[in-house]
Amino acid sequence: MSILNDKKVIIIGDRDGIPGQAIEACAVSAGAEVVFSSTECFV
Amino acid sequence: MMVHTPDMVLHNGTTQTTERIVNPDSEYLKELPNHLRTYEQALSYYPNQVYIGNKTPDDLTALPQPWYDKECDCAARYGKFGQIMPQEEFILLMQVCDVFDLVKLDKNFVAQHKGSLASNEIIDEGILSRVKDGIAPEEVARLVNEDHAEPLYHNNELVGCAARAHDIDVNLSAHVMHENIVSKASSVLALLHVVKSAGIQKEDVEYVIDCAEEACGDMNQRGGGNFAKSTAEIAGFVNATGSDTRSFCAGPAHAIVEAASLVAAGAYKTVVVTAGGCTAKLGMNGKDHVKKGLPILEDMIAGFSVVITQDNGTDPAINLGILGRHTVGTGSAPQAVISSLVTDPLDRAGLKVTDIGKFSPEMQNPDITKPAGAGDVPLSNYKMIAALAVKRGDIEKADLAKFTVEHGLTGWAPTQGHIPSGVPYLGFAREDILSGKISRAMIIGKGSLFLGRMTNLFDGVSFVVEANGGTEPEAAGVSEEEVKGMIAKAMKEFAATLLAQAE
Repeated sequence: MSILNDKKVIIIGDRDGIPGQAIEACAVSAGAEVVFSSTECFV
Repeated sequence: MMVHTPDMVLHNGTTQTTERIVNPDSEYLKELPNHLRTYEQALSYYPNQVYIGNKTPDDLTALPQPWYDKECDCAARYGKFGQIMPQEEFILLMQVCDVFDLVKLDKNFVAQHKGSLASNEIIDEGILSRVKDGIAPEEVARLVNEDHAEPLYHNNELVGCAARAHDIDVNLSAHVMHENIVSKASSVLALLHVVKSAGIQKEDVEYVIDCAEEACGDMNQRGGGNFAKSTAEIAGFVNATGSDTRSFCAGPAHAIVEAASLVAAGAYKTVVVTAGGCTAKLGMNGKDHVKKGLPILEDMIAGFSVVITQDNGTDPAINLGILGRHTVGTGSAPQAVISSLVTDPLDRAGLKVTDIGKFSPEMQNPDITKPAGAGDVPLSNYKMIAALAVKRGDIEKADLAKFTVEHGLTGWAPTQGHIPSGVPYLGFAREDILSGKISRAMIIGKGSLFLGRMTNLFDGVSFVVEANGGTEPEAAGVSEEEVKGMIAKAMKEFAATLLAQAE
């Protein structure tokens, strides 16, 4: 059982690291419900 | 070129303007002024001296990080790639670049600083003649207090303002006009420098492409443009037209590919790609810098210009056959992004990763990004490129770390969005290729399109600059008569050799 199973998650991705969409795909595959996902730029 | 703009950090950077709205009494806002650098400190900051060409990326690599606490042994204002302009001269240049009488300066400020602008090496009479005398300080204060003008400060004193260009049109508000005039003025300064550095005449330039991240237009055509032509006008490029290209931080790489294509197609002989800087990003990571006791390192407006012209048989060339492109179908996974920009174009050209001497992805200064938790952006890119090189068998796994040093660079560019995006290396790349240090450089631009909330897509484009194959320039082409003469000369020499052997 994944630790993310049935959990609500908020995702902030980094455009120079792992983008939100990629984290979202992983979280969903682990059974999480994504309530917010975004990729931000800090440069 | 760069401009040291400490007062704009306080009054125009969005981190600060946002904080002033949501948390006006914050400790950050109170502490921030104590962390601003003087102009002299900005001059002696190592990465700034690399940006204007007095130091090299290799010099920076050899210097242990962090750099903010080290004084560079060169604190020159001018370098082979431009200059570091002080704020007071730049405010005058903003007035010069405003053709709608929106930038109103205190007449005392103009009188005090016009002389220093006149003594600026790159400022000619055409620019200087545009400086207006200014208005009474009481009128400046009235425009700010009663007429929504954006204030201009120097040493924390009100010295002028940018007035709104329309009563109700938000796209012509004082805030937008200020931001756009800063972008325009810094681009103009870069244009003035680039013609001098490249040794061309202003009249030679036929097309200008602006690739900054600002938008100019009114309520009926937000972002209608055209920064390029407006900067060409002030810079005195009388034979140029132009247009704007936008793609967030990927804009410069797109613009250079477009410029090279226009020249290769013969549409224009000489194209200049240019961009000014961005006030909004000043002090962007300031909260982390202040929290950690660092100076505010994001106090520099930056700009750049690149001349792309017909093959002269000597200067490095842009190989339009090796273009990397992030397509709609590429996806956003880091591996997919780097593959599309680096290994896919090399595959198409039959090259190995190691055939590229230096990669220049986004050259953000790690002195700025690491304390803010954003890591070392160029190094992250090099690690991904190196990993792909291992996967392809171009290098051994044991050589991963060596690859990032041998084929990488240490970032020196300010976090001004499009400014660090690949292009800051172009001046050094030209030198490194001409000296034979490397034979090819790959410039990689990446853009965060999702920030515009029109698409979730990422963007990126790359191109390769390589040693000139020695193609004869068009002007040096030979006529039929000259060919006959050359053959006759060769025959004579051959006959003389035979005669000498017979004797």
